[in-house]
Amino acid sequence: MEIVAAIVIGLLAGTFGGLFGIGGGLIFVPTLVLLLDLGQVDAEATSLLAILPVVVAGTWRQHLYGNVRWRAAAIIGTVAVAGVELGVLTANALPETTLRRLFAILVLFVAAQLAWRAHSTTHERGSRRGRSRRTPSRSVRPAAETDAGEPRAGDRSRP
Amino acid sequence: MALVLIGLVAGFFSALFGVGGGIVVVPLLILLAGFDERPAMATSLASIGLIAAVGTVSYAVRGDVHYGYALLLGLPAAVGAIAGTALQQRTAGPMLSYGFAALLAAVGIWLLV
Repeated sequence: MEIVAAIVIGLLAGTFGGLFGIGGGLIFVPTLVLLLDLGQVDAEATSLLAILPVVVAGTWRQHLYGNVRWRAAAIIGTVAVAGVELGVLTANALPETTLRRLFAILVLFVAAQLAWRAHSTTHERGSRRGRSRRTPSRSVRPAAETDAGEPRAGDRSRP
Repeated sequence: MALVLIGLVAGFFSALFGVGGGIVVVPLLILLAGFDERPAMATSLASIGLIAAVGTVSYAVRGDVHYGYALLLGLPAAVGAIAGTALQQRTAGPMLSYGFAALLAAVGIWLLV
């Protein structure tokens, strides 16, 4: 039963990871801890390996779609490896709850920024381009762009 | 320069909270580097590969990686990733931003409680 559940969760996590360009670790780690009874460290370690197939399959498709900026990806990836070391040092030096709260506030702030930016670009596009230029975003009804905002997107992001 | 900062921040937070780099890389690429949603999300996914590979190796030498479980989750997830990227390709940019903002809000609340 756990096996079937794990496969289904894996499928969902991958879909989610591909859709939003995240690896899926956000879902893998709790699944490994709660469903498959791993400790936190082992779960994070195992999650990193489980992310690799997502990255390979997702990046391959995105490359075919022409969306990947390889130079940017290489720079970010390389520097991030160094950032990990810095994070480990900081984690040892500062209390975790403080860091957690700060990060949570930062994340909420960024979420608001992102929603605000999407909101204003949608309006900009609407007024500047008019109806004739809406054809490129073919799958979305123009009317839905402005009022479909948070609630519907929220439903989709919590499977 | 912005890219270097993004990489540093992503690695930093992924080490601290195990949240993975993508959740940090995507919004920063959009807000700091001026990427559109789709290139931001695609580039984020590619950049995570290196972080995950290096991380896996450093944990694996300590014997923390459970290979069977990684395959059990990772292989179906690869199939899902193909579906997810196809879905992304058909979704309008602002909708992706709203969805991602909702995801971030959920993570923020989860970290607070």
